Amino acid sequence: MATRKVWYTLSAVLMIVSFVSFFTKGLNFAIDFTGGISIEATFPNDAKIDQIRKGVEAAGYHEPQVQSFGSTRDVTIRLKSSGEAPDVLRPKFLAILTAVDPGARITQLEVVGPQVGEELRNSAITSLAVTLVLIALYIILSFHTWRLSLGAIIAVMHDPILVLGVFSVTQTLFDLSVVAAILAVIGYSLNDTVIVFDRIRENFEKNRRLASDQTLDNAINQTLSRTIMTKVVTSIVVVALLLLGGSALRGFSEALLIGIVAGTYSSIYISSAIALSCGLKAEHLFPTVRKDPIDELP
Amino acid sequence: MLEYARWKYILVASVLAVAMLFALPNLFGDDFALQIARKDRAPIESAELATIESSLKGAGVAFSSVEVNKGAVTVRFPNNESQLKGRDIVKDEKTGLSKDYVSAMMYASRAPRWIQVIGLRAMPLGLDLRGGLYLLYQVDVNGAVEGLLATYDQDFRRVLTADKIPFSDISTLQVDSDIPNGVRVLLPAGADRAAVRAALKKTQPDLDCRDGVVAEGAAVDCLMTPQQVRERRNFALTSNITTLRNRVNELGVSEPIVQQQGADRITVQLPGVQNSAEVKDILGKVATLEYRLVDPRPIPPTGRAPVGAKIYDRVEAGQVVGRVMLKRDIIVTGNQLVNATATSGQNGPQVDVTLDSAGGDEMLKTTRANLGKPMAVVFIEQRSETTEVDGKPVTRNIKEEKVISVATINGVFSNRFQTTGLTMNEARETALLLRGGALAAPISIANERVIGPQLGAENIEKGVTALVVGMAALFVFMILYYQVFGVVADLVLLANVVLLTALLSMLDVVLSLPGIAGIILTVGMAVDANVLIYERIREELRNGVSPQAAIKAGFEKAFSAILDSNVTTLIAGIVLFIFGTGAIKGFAIVLSLGILTSMFTALMGSRALLTLMFGGKRKVAKLAIG
Repeated sequence: MATRKVWYTLSAVLMIVSFVSFFTKGLNFAIDFTGGISIEATFPNDAKIDQIRKGVEAAGYHEPQVQSFGSTRDVTIRLKSSGEAPDVLRPKFLAILTAVDPGARITQLEVVGPQVGEELRNSAITSLAVTLVLIALYIILSFHTWRLSLGAIIAVMHDPILVLGVFSVTQTLFDLSVVAAILAVIGYSLNDTVIVFDRIRENFEKNRRLASDQTLDNAINQTLSRTIMTKVVTSIVVVALLLLGGSALRGFSEALLIGIVAGTYSSIYISSAIALSCGLKAEHLFPTVRKDPIDELP
Repeated sequence: MLEYARWKYILVASVLAVAMLFALPNLFGDDFALQIARKDRAPIESAELATIESSLKGAGVAFSSVEVNKGAVTVRFPNNESQLKGRDIVKDEKTGLSKDYVSAMMYASRAPRWIQVIGLRAMPLGLDLRGGLYLLYQVDVNGAVEGLLATYDQDFRRVLTADKIPFSDISTLQVDSDIPNGVRVLLPAGADRAAVRAALKKTQPDLDCRDGVVAEGAAVDCLMTPQQVRERRNFALTSNITTLRNRVNELGVSEPIVQQQGADRITVQLPGVQNSAEVKDILGKVATLEYRLVDPRPIPPTGRAPVGAKIYDRVEAGQVVGRVMLKRDIIVTGNQLVNATATSGQNGPQVDVTLDSAGGDEMLKTTRANLGKPMAVVFIEQRSETTEVDGKPVTRNIKEEKVISVATINGVFSNRFQTTGLTMNEARETALLLRGGALAAPISIANERVIGPQLGAENIEKGVTALVVGMAALFVFMILYYQVFGVVADLVLLANVVLLTALLSMLDVVLSLPGIAGIILTVGMAVDANVLIYERIREELRNGVSPQAAIKAGFEKAFSAILDSNVTTLIAGIVLFIFGTGAIKGFAIVLSLGILTSMFTALMGSRALLTLMFGGKRKVAKLAIG
């Protein structure tokens, strides 16, 4: 607990970087949210990104985003909405791609209307907001004192902001599944905080005379092996998902991994520290001194 | 002493046994298949098998097996492409198969017969794992409201002209609403507005008409209530869903999904379908209906209709049940239908039909002259079908006409009437068909996605690999760290996956790639409960508590932490379920159910196992918990 100023500073810097990037660079939204055309294609040999881009531009499509994904043979092309139906687009693009490499094959073609995109964006924001509000409510109801609640809420906000920050800085594609991952992260990162707080309550109950910072340190240390263990194990499967799950799950597993790391950090260094800075003491958790049960016997 | 109640052992064991049974079908996977049946519904004889087989072979279509099941033939194919080719062969007129047979695409489970017989099924796979066509239709629900206002406009003009009430113009009106929601009748100055209101009330009794305020002359404003606007929009959406669902069923695609999404969208998911043009033709076809009088003459034995009459198939519940001869004169067409609902009236179930005023006038004339005679509803579908002839797509228009209802005219009526003499189910179905035929609002495609079958296969392979590798790594790690207890945790995690898979199969949850990710994530998170318990046991052991007491205390003390910490993830899961769509909803279901199953397996399953190993009266000196 003595070192908490250091961690506050670190978190503050990370938050500021996230916010600055979020508001200047923004997120690299997938067509889920913006509307437009997305074409995924696979080539028998390494895909020639530049040639494909030139081919697409020559066909009259402006600012195509051509990227390889998953492997060097797989390409995704994203375009602004052209008003053309997939049946029109498919043969056109197949011609463009086969001109680059005769073995090219279109694996997926998607057209999202702009209105649908806007609605998905709204529903994503709504679900993030609703989750945060519900979880804040849950925290306020279950921790008896605003000092712990505030700590938990700040820790919970901390993690998705960091995930958004990383996605913004690296300009990783932000699609609907990333939103799902962030929501899972919010729920999951709170796990640790809850467990630490559970222990704080238990320790205060056992020994109220011990100084608050000592009690909090003890609680964190006692739960530390569990926190690390759980996170390592969860990370193992998420890393497997990241490495083997293919491109469709890349953003999802990246968001999860960042969220898990951030969640571990915030529940160890931030949530309890904030409660302590707010002056948490044993009597906040047990407002009335309980009578000795013997007194209640007749 | 460490003990566990006998009924808890029995509960854990029986839950696991049932779960294994339900999860079992998922192990086998399925084949791309085609179900071929005779058009006349007669069972297919084994002699006919040879014809089908040779046609397929002759066209060079690879298939893996042909079997007869309940009079229909199931042909299994090695891949999606040959399945689609096979279907085209059956449809192709040149092979002669299309005359007698119809085919439907399906997925035939590879599970042994006995599993299928007791009704166990694998989780259906989403489009991202199987390939297929995803369509999101935008329903112009506001267009439906506009359409209704246009009907009011026409009706008002008609009734005012008929009553010889002068008016200057009729226009649409928008009051406290985001879309036009009313009609304004402009009148010359000093007009008798009460008389106008009375006239309008005659044709549209449900509409609220008041005196309006205009700069010059006078006006009567008729506004739809917000409730009426909502009903109209909803009517447009549900009738379109019905129409799409009926049409999708005609496609013969296995496991199609037609769902409402939000207030004005419909998603259509067709697994295995690659040709979107053909599908869109069929889904976008236009249907309408006509009311005609039944011709009282007997149907001539030649089957040829006499002058002024036409013979139709009489269809009930999708089956042709006979023939009926109708007069050529059309009383009313579907364009004049405003609404149709199934209700329960004095004479039992009935369909309440509302026509516009022109239709009403026509109906009034006809019913006055034909009391006691039967009247029929003809359902007409027009669609264009694209087939390949000599490598070129040829589109032809097909018109299908059938009689869906015959009822006796019991009274004189105009724009509002009931069709009685039906069962509740028939009434509901007729109302749906009438509404479906009316096509209340135009639809357009807002989002479309074609996922190739190869991509689907790759996705499923990657997902399963990630699951297997992730779990294997986790298992090894747990054993290294917790030794014997690690083995117990691994068994419990395995049980958790089985239980989750069984639940998902029971609930028929469509498994998609995010769903697989959800299972993997659940496994990772389910470890948490075990870790909490084990760390607690280790702590107790360090405090010098005896091994058996430590296990007991570990479970008891970890319980509140496990419960508390899972609630928050559950909150996130439920919010995702409510706001998410499609695959994200699937992820939410997996996440939420996974939390519940992991609590069950960690708290009850692992306790049962550990008590079995270390419990009872035996002396345990040391625990191998790392």
